[in-house]
Amino acid sequence: MLGRTANDLFWLSRYVERAENMARLIEVGYRIALLPRTGDAKNEEWRSTLESAGCAPGYFAKNETLSARDVVNYLLFDLTNNSSIHSCLATARQNARAQRTALTREMWESLNSSWIEFQSIKPNTLTSDGLPKLLDWIKERSAAYRGALMNTILRNDTYHFSQLGTFLERADNTARILDVKYYVLLPSSTMVGGGIDNVQWEAILRSVSAHRSYRWVYKDSYRAWQIADYLILNRAMPRSLRACYGEIDGSLKDLARLYGAEQPCLGTAKTTLALLDQGEIDTIFQSGLHEFLSDFIARNNRVGHEISEAYHFNA
Amino acid sequence: MLQPAFDEMNGLGQGVREPYAAVAEWLGTLRIDDLKRKRAEAEVLFRRTGITFNVYGDEDAAERLIPFDIIPRIISAAEWRRLAAGIEQRVRALNAFMYDIYHRQEILKAGRIPPELIIQNSAFVPEMIGVEPPLGIYSHIIGIDLVRTGENEFYVLEDNTRTPSGVSYMLENRETMMHMFPDLFARNNVAPVEVYPEKLLQTLESVAPEGLNRDPVIAVLTPGIYNSAYFEHSFLADQMGVELVEGNDLVVLDGALHMKTTQGLTQVDVIYRRVDDSHLDPLVFDPDSLLGVPGIFDVYRAGRVTIVNAPGAGIADDKAIYSYIPEIIEFYLGRPPILSNVPTHNCRHPDGLKYVLEHLSELVVKEVHGSGGYGMLVGPAASKEEIETFRAKLKARPENYIAQPTLALSTCPTLVEDGLAPRHLDLRPFVLIGDQVRLVPGGLTRVALKRGSLVVNSSQGGGTKDTWVLQD
Repeated sequence: MLGRTANDLFWLSRYVERAENMARLIEVGYRIALLPRTGDAKNEEWRSTLESAGCAPGYFAKNETLSARDVVNYLLFDLTNNSSIHSCLATARQNARAQRTALTREMWESLNSSWIEFQSIKPNTLTSDGLPKLLDWIKERSAAYRGALMNTILRNDTYHFSQLGTFLERADNTARILDVKYYVLLPSSTMVGGGIDNVQWEAILRSVSAHRSYRWVYKDSYRAWQIADYLILNRAMPRSLRACYGEIDGSLKDLARLYGAEQPCLGTAKTTLALLDQGEIDTIFQSGLHEFLSDFIARNNRVGHEISEAYHFNA
Repeated sequence: MLQPAFDEMNGLGQGVREPYAAVAEWLGTLRIDDLKRKRAEAEVLFRRTGITFNVYGDEDAAERLIPFDIIPRIISAAEWRRLAAGIEQRVRALNAFMYDIYHRQEILKAGRIPPELIIQNSAFVPEMIGVEPPLGIYSHIIGIDLVRTGENEFYVLEDNTRTPSGVSYMLENRETMMHMFPDLFARNNVAPVEVYPEKLLQTLESVAPEGLNRDPVIAVLTPGIYNSAYFEHSFLADQMGVELVEGNDLVVLDGALHMKTTQGLTQVDVIYRRVDDSHLDPLVFDPDSLLGVPGIFDVYRAGRVTIVNAPGAGIADDKAIYSYIPEIIEFYLGRPPILSNVPTHNCRHPDGLKYVLEHLSELVVKEVHGSGGYGMLVGPAASKEEIETFRAKLKARPENYIAQPTLALSTCPTLVEDGLAPRHLDLRPFVLIGDQVRLVPGGLTRVALKRGSLVVNSSQGGGTKDTWVLQD
């Protein structure tokens, strides 16, 4: 496989995943904005949405104030924002077009129809009840693409590079959501208790589609340290850092077997996986949740960088 | 002015022709609305599959569909046999001509072609002199543009010996038709075309450098996703199961060509390139080109990679050479041509120029180096002003033009706004030349969708049809 192909497949998956995560973040921000709260506090929620999406600097370079309309527009449609859903779909589709020979017909057609349909959406005619529908549709299209991938692609390097893109992006996203909100999970703020915390905790879980499964797993009401445990260490939760690293480690091992050579990125991934496997949520809280998450985000970036080096993405 | 055109389905009005019997009957059972609905379905299929082409300089329509007409163009088995024989003869002669031109130049010495027509031709690549391409073949993939003017009258309008495109439409048009109208194929014995990619692969393998002790590694070289024919490049690579590479994916190292893979470098033996000669190697040709591979030409000259089609293959499809093709066939094969040329006036000759200037309103005048239907004059359809503008251009640079009589191209019923109507068409079969000549029965039928128009190019609003060759 060409190095350029591996690079395009990796980023194709990342952008599809990013679009889906973005849809979820907007959904949660929108939900909270609907709660009966007063002016500033209401809009402040959009700030953390922007931060979780890594889009705050870009947004404030264009806008002075926070407003639902501007934030949604920036995260959904703005082509000057590389991470907007529109940009994600455009890049994903462009990569897919450049690598059509590596994709199955099902994968290509799934992505291409999403792109064609998305282009027919007119941002200024989007109504408030149209937004949730659109966000659902985006999640659905991402699922359809992942489904096409899982059901039709050979389990060779095409598959592995696609998987790596998906799970590196997902791990990054989960870690950032937690990091932006880590303070609401700290014991000091738990003491405060009350409705707002519950809303915030639920928001975190909703951002990773975990608010219902949480109850099944913990058979308990929302508790800060359990939420962190769930999103960081739980191997059954498909968007947890631990689950993502299970997949990354697996794909890198398969690649090493396929190519008959182990690369440094596998070592870094193994260490990260071990860290999550042996981690205890109490210790993580004691030594600092924020520090843990920042360290994880840096590691995750390093794995991505090492993968691109090892497999000649930019040869 | 023009004689009535021969219609592929109805001839000159004496009833439905034999090859169209089943299709005519089928059309009789459908309403125009049914047909229009089917056409809309076909468009959705094309759009979803991404069978698009890019139009240069047209930002809004970066990816356009070529209109697809659902009424097939049908060729009988007997007609095809004759065409096939003529095509094979022609491509053998074209390759023999190129070998000669880049070696001993016997045909020039014999005075059969004016030497300046070759030597001063921009399609002639002097760097190719003395190079020995595997099996002596320069043009491995040739598209021959044919037109029909009567029951038994076919003409070759043009040879495309550089990088002819359109074969993906031949294949996808068939795929779409079979998907939409399976019954039609049960009722008509249509020769399959889907073997083309396999035959292309066999052809490419057969011209790999000699002495490889492994299966040759083949790649398709594309200028990238913004090229007008990008879909076709990726389609063919995919169908053959070979890598689709861009110039940046390739590198010359230790006298061999390599592609940069996830596991390091892999040597490449045959490059089916879809970039022009001038962009192939910045060290030899256009130094500003970013599409090619520095040093690839040296590797080629040393016989360590095969470039398909060979650099310099354009000398055989130059419009100024075209009128000499009948002579070329006789010279190298010792036989008269099976397929006729359209009578052509070379404006470089004073007699030719005089005739052309006197008959501008009847003639089609083309630029010698033009393609895609750009820069041509269709006399009978042109206004007085257009003719006068062209007259001035002709006088200024006569050697730049050739002229041909306006042929009454055959028509075929085509679905247009108010129903079925005859529209003019041509035919481009794709022929493969390697260890043997391989010709898939069929080709790309292009149809001029505008009433009365004779310009079938997709860049000028032409459409395509599925092309059936019937089997006995």
